[in-house]
Amino acid sequence: MESLSNKKKVLEQKPLSFMEKMYLPAIAKGMGITISHLFKKEATIRYPEVEREFSTNFRGMHSLKRDENGKERCTACGLCALSCPAEAITMIAAERKPEEKDLYREEKYAATYEINMLRCIFCGLCEEACPKEAIYLDGPIVPADYLRKDFIYGKDKLVEAPLEMKK
Amino acid sequence: MDSGFVIEKFILVAVIFGISLVIAMYSTYAERKVAAYLQDRLGPDRAGPFGILQPLADGLKMFMKEEIIPTSSNRFLFIAGPGLALLCACIGTAVIPWGSPVLIAGKTIPLQVSDINVGVLYIFGVVSLGVYGVMIGGWASNNKYSLLSAIRAASQNISYEIAMGLSIIALLLMTNTLSLKEIVDQQHGWRWNVLYQPLGFLIFMVCSFAETNRAPFDLPECETELIGGYHTEYSSMKLGFYLFAEYINMFVSSAVMAALYWGGYNYPGMDSMAVWLGPTWAPLFGTAVFFGKICAFIFFFMWVRWTIPRFRYDQLMNLGWKGLIPLAIANIIITGVVIAIIEKF
Repeated sequence: MESLSNKKKVLEQKPLSFMEKMYLPAIAKGMGITISHLFKKEATIRYPEVEREFSTNFRGMHSLKRDENGKERCTACGLCALSCPAEAITMIAAERKPEEKDLYREEKYAATYEINMLRCIFCGLCEEACPKEAIYLDGPIVPADYLRKDFIYGKDKLVEAPLEMKK
Repeated sequence: MDSGFVIEKFILVAVIFGISLVIAMYSTYAERKVAAYLQDRLGPDRAGPFGILQPLADGLKMFMKEEIIPTSSNRFLFIAGPGLALLCACIGTAVIPWGSPVLIAGKTIPLQVSDINVGVLYIFGVVSLGVYGVMIGGWASNNKYSLLSAIRAASQNISYEIAMGLSIIALLLMTNTLSLKEIVDQQHGWRWNVLYQPLGFLIFMVCSFAETNRAPFDLPECETELIGGYHTEYSSMKLGFYLFAEYINMFVSSAVMAALYWGGYNYPGMDSMAVWLGPTWAPLFGTAVFFGKICAFIFFFMWVRWTIPRFRYDQLMNLGWKGLIPLAIANIIITGVVIAIIEKF
């Protein structure tokens, strides 16, 4: 039947020629291609020893930031938990006592703050939702572990190191 | 028969057996490394420096695995199969001349376990026995995939043995002997048989790929169609035996190809080397050359495996019966005519 669009291509299947039936020229060509790869640089990165360089907008492990005086920025408003599509974040808020003034920036703070790394999809919505610039996904790759409970990261793993230690 | 002869042969057998096992072991490592480098990867590099202990780790894993014998299988044959496969693979090394006689402690020791005058026939006999291991294992598993694979292996080996035998006949017309030792000695220096029998070598090589069930003729192990092939039901060291037998077969057929066509332990300039190195070290250097050739062939086996896709079954049979056998017969006729002409004039 006549093709209306004129785009139809009729594929012709010719029987193999003598040279093609011999296989040998094609095999020699293929062998040449594979041996050339012997001298090419391998793409493998020996991971634990060598790490791939990340792009600048890579999202890794979360860290809870401190302000310039070393006080925790998080006020436990819960916006990150609300924005989280994987429901990986939970927290319990507490009121700051007068003697804890140097530890927390505002009167309310997160007594516990947990992220389940098995649930987290590293979308970065918590980062965007945070009004206090308290959470950033600027860490390394979350390491592997054996037990599910060990993937629930508390404040001990998430909060940035205090300023004195950084200096 | 004096006891010195027995001890000498016993040591030689033990050494050759050990060497072929070690080479087979490291062939598995080399296979993975070659595969990796041909695909721009690194391959195993965790066990020891450059992953050099990987074969030991694999062997340990094989020994430690649970051994399962299916209840519906024929228990005796199920156990006999892998044993037979490994035995047939190993005894092929007995007639291969590893080097010219070497002088050790005032005694000339031939580096060949047994120089039987039908060495080539013996190799063929052992190779065709090898398929029994596969057949018995596949049948005793009582599994349709294993059985199909075993039938494939048997028909493939029988088909390619014919072409292989015919390609050898042309060589035998030239050498006038079946003894491997004499065939190798005739290729002194540069007079390698491959220069006179290139077509015969090509046919022989293609057939030995098929005989060892290596890619592109690894249809008995075709995963996409037959799960694991004839060793689907096997586990633990019995599976290890089958895999090991494949690598030893590869080693033996590399040795046979190197001995029949590529001059064995002969190399250009060997006479001046013999004067320079003396009667002890010169033959051993020849043996090293022979092993170099074998390793080159083993590398070639692997190189081909990671290049050429598997043949379809009908293509395999077409190539064997309609391609290689007529070619081999033509090769015999041409060789015969040329020899007759040379002798006449």
